[in-house]
Amino acid sequence: MAHAHDSSSERPAILDKVRPAELPRSPLILNNRGFHWITDKVCGIVEEETPLWWKIMFGVALFVASFTFIGLGYLVATGTGTWGLRSPVGWGWAIVNFVFWVGIGHAGTLISAILCLLRQKWRTSINRAAEAMTIFAVCCAGLFPLFHVGRVWFGWWLLPLPNQNGIWPQFRSPLEWDVFAVSTYFTVSTLFWYMGMIPDLGTIRDRATTWWRKAFYSVLAMGWRGGNRQWSNFEMAYLLLAGLSTPLVLSVHTIVSFDFAVSNVPGWHTTIFPPYFVAGAIFSGFAMVLTLMLPLRAIYRLHDVINQYHIDNMCKIILATGTMVGYAYATEFFIAAYSGNSFEKFAFVNRAFGQYAWAYWIMVSCNVITPQLFWFKKVRENHSLVWIICLFVNVGMWFERFVITITSLANDYLPSSWGYYSPTIVDIFTFFGTFGFFSVLFLLFVRFLPLLPMAEVKMVAPQADPHAH
Amino acid sequence: MNERNERIHGVACTFRKVSDVFHAAEKVRDAGWKNWDVHTPFPIHGMDQAMGLPRSPVPRLTLLGGVTGFITGCLLTWYMNSYDYPLIVGGKPYWSVIFPFPVLYECTILFAAFGTFFGQFIFNRLPRHNHPLFELPNFARVSDDTFMIVLEARDPQFHLDESRNFLQSLGGQEITVIRD
Repeated sequence: MAHAHDSSSERPAILDKVRPAELPRSPLILNNRGFHWITDKVCGIVEEETPLWWKIMFGVALFVASFTFIGLGYLVATGTGTWGLRSPVGWGWAIVNFVFWVGIGHAGTLISAILCLLRQKWRTSINRAAEAMTIFAVCCAGLFPLFHVGRVWFGWWLLPLPNQNGIWPQFRSPLEWDVFAVSTYFTVSTLFWYMGMIPDLGTIRDRATTWWRKAFYSVLAMGWRGGNRQWSNFEMAYLLLAGLSTPLVLSVHTIVSFDFAVSNVPGWHTTIFPPYFVAGAIFSGFAMVLTLMLPLRAIYRLHDVINQYHIDNMCKIILATGTMVGYAYATEFFIAAYSGNSFEKFAFVNRAFGQYAWAYWIMVSCNVITPQLFWFKKVRENHSLVWIICLFVNVGMWFERFVITITSLANDYLPSSWGYYSPTIVDIFTFFGTFGFFSVLFLLFVRFLPLLPMAEVKMVAPQADPHAH
Repeated sequence: MNERNERIHGVACTFRKVSDVFHAAEKVRDAGWKNWDVHTPFPIHGMDQAMGLPRSPVPRLTLLGGVTGFITGCLLTWYMNSYDYPLIVGGKPYWSVIFPFPVLYECTILFAAFGTFFGQFIFNRLPRHNHPLFELPNFARVSDDTFMIVLEARDPQFHLDESRNFLQSLGGQEITVIRD
């Protein structure tokens, strides 16, 4: 760096004697790949003939997605009684699945927004796919509350519109806050994702050989020309959207946790919920990013741009947030004991040793114990093992929401009204199908849109530094 | 400008290395050019200073959007729960800034994001699909690994032959004339 040496004459002489060690930074792009290699690699994914694995996976995903539509169709035709909801458990899998999918989305925004503000350059290789994951996860999440309203054709009552009696939504309800939080989250994430993609869509447009491809990507690229006057506005807008998404991502899961915390149910009515939910969301989201990116990295041979350093970082974030989640579990118990509130005490003893103890211990082993393996470098370097641990985390985080939602409702104040909740086949179909729905959207993204942000990856390459020798 | 120049959009030259285009841009800036641009496949760190560009005006629309969003949220919740159909909940005031705060917060972020997103398009004069640059055969590589400086004909300093020579002196390759 030329500029650093210019000011050295004014530094105290002692600094030259005790010259600090040059700390080696892990390279973000291995094998000294050039700009053209990056373009070829990423555009190649979109330009190649549709691979066989994609066709097979797409067929499987469509088949699995049909389960959601069968489940929802049956529900609408028959009524919400076909779900396992009955007194005292009025919030079942629908809410569990909603919180699960919304939580998955949070890693995408964390990577694209918070890590951007923190100047974590390693985010560039994974942010596009993680943002896509966010948007598709929110699509899956949105299905559940929409159908949970019962008569889905009245879903528009959630929007700030008067119903036929001239009554408006009631803004004191956290459920109404949630409508605003999740719809804003979806909209802003989509804007951010699309805007970041425009220069890359321009690259695909410029390489297009067939007229339909040229037309399709031209429309999407909005006539991007890559002039620095455009980049200047683009970069500013990108930074601002990152700045806006950061409080947004923290607020969304905070408001989701308010759905629980604002109520008076033991085990829900706690102030720890917002930070605890946000940590859990990031935890599960990173697990999902690795679950998706490790196979894609292997299929498309992206080892030079998504290298061990990236995987290490993600594993460490999972380790950190998993530990935070474990700490939150412990704090909940401590506060329950310390509160002197017998209902609160009971709620937590009941979680760990009551009728849903099996779910609680699945949650603890998956969320608190398995990620501790990421302390070991050997584990982080074994990618099959990383992938399996991430699956455990996904399962564990689903169970966390199950434990929170169900245990508190099934055993609340009055023992005479306790019950045991089980899902029905309709619940299971609907949830199982959302994995297909998610995969359909994600596979379409992989096939037709730039999987990696080419411009941003080029930007962190060593040869992109104008002062490099 | 003579008549011949009317059909000309400008002249362009390409560079292969980031440091070359960076230093060339500094020289164009120092020569006092106003209507010119550096086309790059990715934003080059420090290029705004090298080109002498002012700070991007996008944040103004972000602020405008944010303020509009907050006021919209206030009006929305006040009109619906306090004016048009007053709701009595727990004997509390019909409206305060506290209870719908999450709604106001989300509206602020939503409108600020719209301001930013559309601000980027407005200040970049996009979408525009018919730009003369797209007719250049080597422009396609600018979104890949090539860098291009374009001097536009509407700049008062523009003169076809002199501008061409100027680009040559900067070390540019493939000097081409862009026709409108």
